[in-house]
Amino acid sequence: MTTTAKPPPAERPATTPRAKARPGDRIFSRSAQVAGILILVILAGVAAFLVREALPTFTADSSEIDGGEGFFSYVWPLVFGTLAAAVIALIVATPLALGIALFISHYAPRRLAQGLGYIVDLLAAIPSVVFGLWGIQWLAPQVQPAWSWLADNLGFIPIFTGPASATGRTMMTAGLVLAVMILPIITAIAREVFLQTPTLHEEAALALGATRWEMIRMAVIPFGRPGIISGIMLGLGRALGETMAVAMVLSTGGFTWSMVTAGNNTIAAEIALDFPESSGLKTNTLIAAGLVLFAITLAVNMFARWIVSRRSEFSGAN
Amino acid sequence: MSVATKPAPPAGSSSLARNQLPRRTTQLVLVLSFAAGAGLSALFGGFSVVSFAVLSVLVFLVVNTALSAVVEGRRKATDKLVTALVYTAFGIALVPLISVIWSVLDNGLPRFSVDFLTTSMRNVTGLNDQQALEGAAPFIGGAYHAILGTFLITGLATIISVPIGLLTSVYLVEYGRGRLARSITFFVDVMTGIPSIVAGLFAAALFAVLFGVGTRNGFAGAVALSVLMIPVVVRSSEEMLRIVPNELREAAYALGVPKWRTIVRVVIPTAISGIASGVTLAIARVVGETAPLIVTAGFTSSINSNPFSDWMMSLPAYVYSQAMRPLSGSSPQPSFDRAWAAALTLILIVMLLNLVARLIARLFAPKTGR
Repeated sequence: MTTTAKPPPAERPATTPRAKARPGDRIFSRSAQVAGILILVILAGVAAFLVREALPTFTADSSEIDGGEGFFSYVWPLVFGTLAAAVIALIVATPLALGIALFISHYAPRRLAQGLGYIVDLLAAIPSVVFGLWGIQWLAPQVQPAWSWLADNLGFIPIFTGPASATGRTMMTAGLVLAVMILPIITAIAREVFLQTPTLHEEAALALGATRWEMIRMAVIPFGRPGIISGIMLGLGRALGETMAVAMVLSTGGFTWSMVTAGNNTIAAEIALDFPESSGLKTNTLIAAGLVLFAITLAVNMFARWIVSRRSEFSGAN
Repeated sequence: MSVATKPAPPAGSSSLARNQLPRRTTQLVLVLSFAAGAGLSALFGGFSVVSFAVLSVLVFLVVNTALSAVVEGRRKATDKLVTALVYTAFGIALVPLISVIWSVLDNGLPRFSVDFLTTSMRNVTGLNDQQALEGAAPFIGGAYHAILGTFLITGLATIISVPIGLLTSVYLVEYGRGRLARSITFFVDVMTGIPSIVAGLFAAALFAVLFGVGTRNGFAGAVALSVLMIPVVVRSSEEMLRIVPNELREAAYALGVPKWRTIVRVVIPTAISGIASGVTLAIARVVGETAPLIVTAGFTSSINSNPFSDWMMSLPAYVYSQAMRPLSGSSPQPSFDRAWAAALTLILIVMLLNLVARLIARLFAPKTGR
C-alpha cells in the first residue's frame, strides 16, 4: 500500500510542470477579482451610507419627526400602504400570470407561442413612469365607476368603505397598475418552469386518459410549484419597491383602511414625492424609511432565492 | 354467444364518439356568446365595449361549461372551463398592453415633432401654455434638455457598470472558487432586488456626505443607475460566458496561450454577441428609471451638458414633472401633451434598444462549425 501510494507525488512535477506565472495573467485575474470585490464594497456602501444618513432619525427627539410621534408611528402607515398595494397587485396578477404562462407553454399553438411570449415581455420593457402616466390619465377615470360601485354595494367591508374617490386615484388603482407591471415577471418565471416539465410526465398523464387540465394539475403544477412561488415572491419584491406608479397614481394621504378612497401612501412613493424638497431631519427620516423598504424587499427576495436554490439541489437541470 | 347479445351501438356513432359534442360546438357557442353579450350590454344601460366584453366572456364560460357538463361529463367540462379561463387570462393581459401603447401613441403623436425634440423648456411658462390653448400663440417647449440628460446619465452609468460587471462575470466564471465567489454571487442576487428608489437614496446620501447636503447632478444619477445596472450586466454576461464550450478554452491552453489571452481573445469574442445584447438590455432597463433620478439629478428646464455640476433633467423626470406639476394649473393640457410626447420618445428609445439588442444577438452570433 505505502509503496504504491508513493510514486505519484514524485512523478507529478515531471509530467505537469507548473506553469510560469505570467504578469499578464496576474494583472488580469487580479483586476477581475477587484471588480468582484468592488461589488461587495458598493453594496456595503449602500448599507453604510443609508444607515449613516438614517441615524439622526433614531437619535432625534420623537416630537421632531414628521407627525410628531417618533419614527415608528411615522413609518408604519407607510409600511401598511406598501404592503397593501403589493398585496392587491399580487392578488390580481398571480392568477392572470399563471394563466398566461400556461397559455404560452401548453395551450397556444406552438408556432405562435414564442411570439406571444415576446408580447408579454414587451410589458416589462415599458418604463414605469409611462405606466404611471397611463394609470393617472387613462386607467383611473376608467375604473372609478367600479370603485364607486364597490363602495356603494360592499361598503360594509372595511377595505371598501366609501365614499369612493371621484378621481379614481386610489390604492386599488395603484395596485392595478402595479399588477400590470409585475405581470411579466411572474409570467416569465412561471413559463420557464412550465416549459421544463419533463415531457415524459406529461405524456404519461395523457396516455392514462387525463384531460389537458388534469395533465397540467398532476404533472405541470407540482413540478413547477417552487418556480411559481419564487416568481410570485420576485413579483412581490418588485411591487414593494416600485415607486412611480404609486407616486403618480395615488392621491396620497393619511392612513385609512379603505382602498377605494384617497389616502395611504407607500414608502417608495413618499420618498419620491418628498425627498426632492426635503431638508434637515426630514431627509434623514426619509432615508430611514428607505432603509425599512430595503429590509423588507431584501427579506422577500432572499426568501424567493432560498426557494429556488432549495429546488435546484434536486432538479435534473444541474 | 355473449358477444352476440351485447347491444349494438346506435348506427352512425362509434362508442368513442359517444358523449362528445360536435366538433364546431365551441366556436358556435363563442359566436352566440358574443351576440348575447352585445344584446345584454345594450339591455343594461347602453352598449359599451367593457360590458360587452365582460358579459360575452361570462356567457361563454357558463354556456360552454354547462353544455359540456351535461353531454360530456364533469371532467371534460372542467377541462373546457380551464381552457377558456386560460385564453381569457391572455386576453386580459393584452388589454393593458394595447391600451398603454394606444394611449401613448394617441396622446403623444400630436406634440411629437422635430421642434419637440430640439427645444428645451427654458423660459416656457404657464402663460405660454394658456395663450397656446386660446390660439394666441404657438405651442412651445420641448424635451431636448431631458433627452440630452438621459443620454449623458445613461452613458455615464454604462461606462461605470460595463467594466465592473463584465470583469466580475469573468471572475465568477473563469477564476472564482470558494467563499469569495459564492458571496459575490449571493450579493449580486441581493443587488438585483434593490428597489430603484433605494439606489437613488444611496447615491444621494453618498453625494451628500462627499460634496455637501443637497448636491444634485447628473453624475449622482449615473451612480444610482449603476447600482441598478451592474447586477443585470453581471447576470447576463455570466450566463453568456458559461455557455462558451470548454473545448475552446482547452484548445487555447493546449497551444500554450496564457489564460488571460484565452479569455480576452477566445472566450469573450465567442460570447460577445450575448454580452453586447445583455448590456443593451440593461441600458434599456435603466433608461426608463425615474425614481432614482428625481432624488439625485433633480429637475431643470434648461439645457445642462455638464453631468458633474448642476441639476440635470432626464426624460422620465420630464414626464413626471410635466404630468404632476403642469406649468399652468388652470390649463394643464399642454403640459400633459408634453408628458405624453416625452413618454412616446422614451418608449421609442427603449424599443430601439431592445431591437438593437436582438439584432446584435443575431448578427454577431458566433459561427458554429456546421
